[in-house]
Amino acid sequence: MPKPLAHVNDFVVKFANVNGSGSASANALFAQSVIRMGVPVAARNIFPSNIQGLPTWYEVRITEANRLGRRGGVDMMVAMNPQTWDRDVAEIEPGGYLFYDSTKPLPPSKFRDDISVIGVPLTQMCNAAYTVPRERQLFKNIIYVGALAALLDIEIAVIEELLAEQFAGRDRLIKANYEALHMGRDYVQANLKPVGLKVRRADAVGDRIYVEGNEAAALGAVYGGATVCAWYPITPSTSLAEAFTSHCETLRKDPETGKARYAIIQAEDEIASIGMVVGAGWNGARAFTCTSGPGVSLMQEFIGLSYFAEIPAVIFDVQRGGPSTGMPTRTQQSDILSAAYASHGDTKHVLLLPEDPGECFEMGAQAFDLSDRLQTTVFVMLDLDIGMNEWLTKPFAWDDSRQLDRGKVMTHEDLETGRDFGRYLDVDGDGIPFRTYPGVHPTRGGYFTRGTSRNPYARYSEEGAVYVDNMQRLLRKFETAKSLVPAPITRPSKRATRDAVIYYGSTTPALHEALDKLEADKLNLDAMRVRAFPFCDEVFEFIAAHDRVFVVEQNRDAQLRGMLINEGGVDPAKVIPVLHFDGTPITARFIAESIGMHMGAAMARVTEAAE
Amino acid sequence: MTFITKPKLHHPQLAANSLGYTRRDYEGSVSTLCAGCGHDSISAAIIQACYELELPPHRIAKLSGIGCSSKTPDYFLGNSHGFNTVHGRMPSVLTGANLANRDLIYLGVSGDGDSASIGFGQFAHSVRRGVNMTYIVENNGVYGLTKGQFSATSDKGSKSKRGVVNTDAGIDLVSVALQLGATFVARSFSGDKAQLVPLIKAALAHRGSAFIDCLSPCVQFNNHAGSTKSFDYVREHNEAVNRMDVVPPRAPIHIDYAPGATLAVTQHDGSVLQLHKLSEHYDPTDRIAAMGFLAERQAAGEIVTGLLFVDPEAEDLHEAISTVEAPLNTLGTRDLVPGGAALAKINESLR
Repeated sequence: MPKPLAHVNDFVVKFANVNGSGSASANALFAQSVIRMGVPVAARNIFPSNIQGLPTWYEVRITEANRLGRRGGVDMMVAMNPQTWDRDVAEIEPGGYLFYDSTKPLPPSKFRDDISVIGVPLTQMCNAAYTVPRERQLFKNIIYVGALAALLDIEIAVIEELLAEQFAGRDRLIKANYEALHMGRDYVQANLKPVGLKVRRADAVGDRIYVEGNEAAALGAVYGGATVCAWYPITPSTSLAEAFTSHCETLRKDPETGKARYAIIQAEDEIASIGMVVGAGWNGARAFTCTSGPGVSLMQEFIGLSYFAEIPAVIFDVQRGGPSTGMPTRTQQSDILSAAYASHGDTKHVLLLPEDPGECFEMGAQAFDLSDRLQTTVFVMLDLDIGMNEWLTKPFAWDDSRQLDRGKVMTHEDLETGRDFGRYLDVDGDGIPFRTYPGVHPTRGGYFTRGTSRNPYARYSEEGAVYVDNMQRLLRKFETAKSLVPAPITRPSKRATRDAVIYYGSTTPALHEALDKLEADKLNLDAMRVRAFPFCDEVFEFIAAHDRVFVVEQNRDAQLRGMLINEGGVDPAKVIPVLHFDGTPITARFIAESIGMHMGAAMARVTEAAE
Repeated sequence: MTFITKPKLHHPQLAANSLGYTRRDYEGSVSTLCAGCGHDSISAAIIQACYELELPPHRIAKLSGIGCSSKTPDYFLGNSHGFNTVHGRMPSVLTGANLANRDLIYLGVSGDGDSASIGFGQFAHSVRRGVNMTYIVENNGVYGLTKGQFSATSDKGSKSKRGVVNTDAGIDLVSVALQLGATFVARSFSGDKAQLVPLIKAALAHRGSAFIDCLSPCVQFNNHAGSTKSFDYVREHNEAVNRMDVVPPRAPIHIDYAPGATLAVTQHDGSVLQLHKLSEHYDPTDRIAAMGFLAERQAAGEIVTGLLFVDPEAEDLHEAISTVEAPLNTLGTRDLVPGGAALAKINESLR
């Protein structure tokens, strides 16, 4: 038997549960108690497309070093699901720990001899203490939290504080939860030995907040001045619309009348959702929808209309595993390509690529300024990992002097001056024409909006030259977008290198960890995080400055790599795809091993295996 | 579509309404539809209705889908903003536009292909949401722009110009609108201006979803013997349940008809609909009775026209979701952005 693992503030606990058993809130309580002790946590829910009865996992990485990506591997498995027992036990690192409900004896063949086994008779304890079946189930979860707290040195007072906040005003519930918590703790203290994994109070969390990307993006929409939200329920985007609703209810009611300064419509489908967004955008309101890949597929025709008729729209695409229904509750970055070039004909759309909930908020707000400024669809590309998991992220901040940028709009006063108005007329060379809101003036500024070809004064035209001019102007506009979208962020290597890596979105924390691992093995790479499409010139300059560029993404077809080749004429041989697409968030180990292997160096683990 | 703009000249004696607009100010570009098309008569009726109601033309937003009917918004209200959207999706775009600015008047123009086939779902959902709009279907029972295919409103057993018999059951949009909760439902005929103009006026004055199914024969592809949407067929089978005058709130009310035969309905905006009943048993304020009557007359082969149902107290979508009085598109940074202090509180709740 290898030496039992011994780590302080640096280990991974994975909970294997049955969904619908109430485990989610107990597991979140566990993660939050670690944060309250000043130790950062990265937690990820891996759940089925189902309400009750299927396997679900919750992986908590306790990381004083702030490694917020997935590491890979499990140091302690809390195995509460008999259905997945075998694979859960197999996943534990050698020397790791298995925590299980020991009420029912299991044959030795069900265990491994290279791990430490910790049994607590949870069911037996519950059955003795509770008579109501639902109580037995719910409190079992709290009992194991108490037991784990005792094993890992999590302060019971911190958990009590969280329970008191959660059930504020319901004293009976607080008391009952405390009792269950203590039951688990007391059993461990009386019957078990301490383990090698420890949580120790630290000061590594700072002022960060712990929040889901969907909630952050919704709040960004509130701050970005969105007034119309039309949506259709689809995992993993639903909680974005729900969060927008609840934030609007507290932040956006008229203080005097209590009436809503927003309109939220649950539409009949995604086509109607984007139709409403386009209608509202045409009429001068800031509007958005939130959806996932299948929804974007349905919205194609309207996205083309928004592009060609130049109507602002914002789409939050919380990406999941595709194609078709795919893996609806798993994460991927596999809509990038189809969003960038959505709809028939020649089209290109602005994409924003947030790395975490903090950027979901910032880009969520910025998307509305950009779509008004550029008069087109702007996508904010979240994924399930960012959208539906709580992340530790820098606190939301807002500059109170910031004004909503409504872009080029001619008002009644502008029209009164007799200034020339051509809805599709490029007056200053940036490719962006002026628009008017419907109803603005009795005799000026009216025009007919259509998805058919028209001249700069919005009159129908089938003339080839007129059509070509307009399409070229749209390209000029896209060129202008490069100066408006968030610029890429470079992370230079400590040593000069001809190797580089490009990445984006939720891959970021795992990638940064991988870079450190590679550097420890003397493998140096300059790194660039792309934050938007169109790609700024810096992206291609960065590629040109290196001999070999890895592009790390969470899809099968290297979609961003393809876009880099397509947009920048990059030599395909120079950009090497590193692809992770099994539906779980990418891990630091995976990235380090993939790049390390390519760079011809033996990674620590590979060497070990060879020995 | 619109290649030809009309000359601005008009007869100097053309009468102006109280806003100073002549009928000419409500017109649009020259129609490019076929000569004699029923749709042009509907455009003329819309122009007349807006002129008589004295609506400022630029305060009307006209939206349409795709098809012959959806081209027509170019041919009326030339100073209004118009939006020729995508096929079958006008209702969602209109809904979004309405959410953005509740102060404009929304006129949706669609056809039977646009609303009963590809857009059947959006038609249904916009009606059941109570969007404040006038939704006119210019119903010719045929796909004109693609040269003569049956539409979903073609009656079972009717014959195409090429002699093909339609074997699918026809969708009756009026019955559907009633079932879905439309608060103003009417049917008319493009060839009956005296009936159609007051219906459009009443629909424009109605708050809530107002639906008009307007039979509009297609002179090219659906005006032959064997068609149930031809001029001759509709004239022969038309049974009008009422005739109507619309008295705007600012005009004095004159009763010209014998009181026993007239039903006055006051709408939310104060306009009075004076319904001169032609069918004694017909009560246009009783939705269930209206549905029964329609089904009965349809079985007898008649096309019932007139104001079929109205709920003068209807509420619209904005009331249902309790939006502020000010149009959402007029709200600025101060109204919409909660500011840094509110954000600091939110941060605190997430630690």
